[in-house]
Amino acid sequence: MNNVRAAVSLIVVTFLAAMATWTTMRYAPDRPALRVCADPNNLPFSNEAGQGFENVLASLVAAQLNRPLEYTWWAQRRGFIRETLRAGRCDVVMGVPTAFELAATTRPYYRSSYVFVSRARDNLSVLSLDDPRLKKWRVGVQMIGDDFSNSPPAHALSARGAVGNVVGYSVIGDYRQPNPPARIVDAVIAGDIDVAIVWGPLAGYFAARSAIPLIVTAGSPAFDLPFRPYLFDISMGVRREDAKLRDALDRFIVDRHDDIARLLADYHVPHLPLQVHRP
Amino acid sequence: MLLQSPIFSIGLLGGWNGMRRPCAVVLTILAAVACACSPRPSPDATEPAGSRPDAANPVTVPTGVGAGDEWTTSAGDPANTRFSRLDEITRDNVSRLRVAWTFSTGVLGGHEAAPLVVGNTMYLVTPFPNIVFALDLTQPGAPVKWQYDARTVSAARGVACCDVVNRGVAWWNGTIVFNTLDNRTISLDATTGAQRWEATLGDINRGETMTMAPLVAGDLVLVGNSGGEFGVRGWLTALDAATGAQRWRAWSTGPDADVLIGPDFTPFYATDRGRDLGVTTWPPEAWRTGGGTAWGWVSYDPALNLIYYGTGNPGPWNPEQRPGDNKWTAGVFARDAVTGAARWFYQWSPHDLYDHDGVNENVLIDYDGANGLDKVLVHAERNGYIYVLDRVTGRVHSATPFVHITASTGVDTQSGRLLTVKEKEPREGVVIRDICPAAPGAKDWQPMSFSPRTGLMYIPHNNLCMDFEGVEVSYIEGTPYLGANVVYHAGPGGHQGEVTAWDPVGRRAVWKLTEPFPAWSATLATAGDVVFYGTLEGWFKAVDARTGDLLWQFKTGSGIVGQPISYRGPDGHQYVAVFSGVGGWPGSVVVNDLDTRDATAAAGWGGAMRNLRSVTARGGTLYVFRLEGP
Repeated sequence: MNNVRAAVSLIVVTFLAAMATWTTMRYAPDRPALRVCADPNNLPFSNEAGQGFENVLASLVAAQLNRPLEYTWWAQRRGFIRETLRAGRCDVVMGVPTAFELAATTRPYYRSSYVFVSRARDNLSVLSLDDPRLKKWRVGVQMIGDDFSNSPPAHALSARGAVGNVVGYSVIGDYRQPNPPARIVDAVIAGDIDVAIVWGPLAGYFAARSAIPLIVTAGSPAFDLPFRPYLFDISMGVRREDAKLRDALDRFIVDRHDDIARLLADYHVPHLPLQVHRP
Repeated sequence: MLLQSPIFSIGLLGGWNGMRRPCAVVLTILAAVACACSPRPSPDATEPAGSRPDAANPVTVPTGVGAGDEWTTSAGDPANTRFSRLDEITRDNVSRLRVAWTFSTGVLGGHEAAPLVVGNTMYLVTPFPNIVFALDLTQPGAPVKWQYDARTVSAARGVACCDVVNRGVAWWNGTIVFNTLDNRTISLDATTGAQRWEATLGDINRGETMTMAPLVAGDLVLVGNSGGEFGVRGWLTALDAATGAQRWRAWSTGPDADVLIGPDFTPFYATDRGRDLGVTTWPPEAWRTGGGTAWGWVSYDPALNLIYYGTGNPGPWNPEQRPGDNKWTAGVFARDAVTGAARWFYQWSPHDLYDHDGVNENVLIDYDGANGLDKVLVHAERNGYIYVLDRVTGRVHSATPFVHITASTGVDTQSGRLLTVKEKEPREGVVIRDICPAAPGAKDWQPMSFSPRTGLMYIPHNNLCMDFEGVEVSYIEGTPYLGANVVYHAGPGGHQGEVTAWDPVGRRAVWKLTEPFPAWSATLATAGDVVFYGTLEGWFKAVDARTGDLLWQFKTGSGIVGQPISYRGPDGHQYVAVFSGVGGWPGSVVVNDLDTRDATAAAGWGGAMRNLRSVTARGGTLYVFRLEGP
């Protein structure tokens, strides 16, 4: 079943990408390029071969704006925005949280959450961060490596007293390997950890491609008070002064809502309904 | 009585290569006065600093201290004094200092390095992409003899946490040795610039970089890594200076075997004794990504055959996720200079809460104490205390605040523990104001100097506090995360920087200068009783070593974050040289054109540096000064 869905999604994606590329070449040879800052090695988001959903999305945007598409490849690191968008090396980042402070953000185009990933055969049925078993199991979370920063589930576990059983996986990882952030899902598959609490898009994509069946469940709560969200709205980001480009991207997000939803579904992105208050 | 200090009598003149005029420097011989105890309250604490007589200076005045005609290691000598024995430039004539020549490196970025002068050649290294220049001092304008481009890979820029700096080259037996941002140590023929060897020691793919200046001890090159904020596991590595072959590597976390802890390890405090503390003072496996990188300074005492260096903060977990002391981070190691075997360790900040790397320089001095000669190291720590440690045993003689501190109440010299203040512990989502000192510490990497003539340490440092203002949403491609919204601001007085002349025996500030921005350059002390330092705005200043009075200043083209040095030129005259080129952690606001409307830009510096861009811009120029002639 998974294989069939994966095959279908690959066809759809390839078609969308091909169509966008064709459109670009056909109509926009002389127009200024849409310059996208992207990670060359970070599926399901992007890679240098154009296989990520952000790659496809960028192709669709370029086609709609009637501009050729160019990439500036830059590894995901602290300083990514500083060295790419703000350094003028490129003009748009395809995915940032809507509340992001380092860029002007478009209206959100999807909302996802942190999810639990476990092996189907273990039948753990973990649904809540308050599950006391999370203090006993080996639980994987991603380490950010920025001072005083953590993924929300990592904060949540330590706030609930789960420390010694928590295993950290660097979100940067070893860049010589493909898609370094995916090691945390590999660790579930390999049996190194019992549960991983992972950002939805990453979990959904790699779980769908796992050799053994995995279960991906959105957890509860959605928020810990006073401010620890597990849900995030995701937008595109541009420089603060590029209001015109942001407006064009906003129009794209509204016009192509259904295409975007299909694209995310093809990549098994666990997503939740957006509640956008339009100005 | 004049006490001979072995540390100062070693090979500091060893760089003398016979090519140059004999050293004409004669140090004033100071009488060392025995003090009742060590440390002891200074009897003349209220006396005006300028009139403090030399006779009260109990610090020994060895003949070899500091640098002579040449400047052969970043700190001037292996004891890290940054003292020049040259005395042509004095308090009385320094006002006649003029630019002799300048040299543009062609690189814009934080120029934190010290130039070296060996024979008649000056050696420079730039920030990324790490170009080494050899300049011929015998020719007018010091033309380039050779240059070497390390071809540092561009991806390394995306890894460095806080600007792509390099803190200098080292010299060994006709070769120049330096580190590259992409984790190579390279040896060049000092005459031709041809590469002798290259050793790859780390991997940028894992967030690791190298920025420190190597130290040569005997025939070993000592180098360490950076990148603790990414969970890089820290190490110090010794390379054969002739071949680049690795002799040993001492990790800062993990099992005793990895840390080179064996039967010779005799730390002074009980909390540092026990089996595999580098594993057991962490949650399971957390030591593997525990930080403790060795990106600062190494000191060397040939008489004791020991090296000293600090380890960086623990990472990358927040404090509540790494219960325990997190050995061997945020402390200082004494190791056998040949084998690397650990002799003792002392932890400045057990279970560090504030990103307080322990890597600042350890200045090795001796003074006459209650029980004879005290061989100590002096260390101005990020946590706000200036420590005097017995460098034979690791015992804390004293730990005295040199800035305003709210995050701790003192150091218990019985247990060695830093006494932290519970209410100032960062906690997720909680607003905490006025944590002093801030994350960059009371003093960051910028090294102090020591004058044996005055017995004073000249400390360039910060006056910064920070607020944790709740939570900020951040994102590394594909992963939203939450971090504290940290904002730095000036401490009491409203200025962000200070230069303090500190009496390590009397444990008091003799004088203190204020600067609007953090004092982010090294200081240089000279036998002419002049202290030099640079400011983030670009002023290069000369002050009276005894009073702090401003004697001379010159505005360079960019902010100064470098290390001033002094040497005697082929013309027989004393020169002073310093890089101008703003950058480093606070200067990254200028270098990277960060948006200062965002107070948290560059990890909290944005707000504090709001005005810096209006007073300086990027640069990369060496300035060399000498007295205007008759």
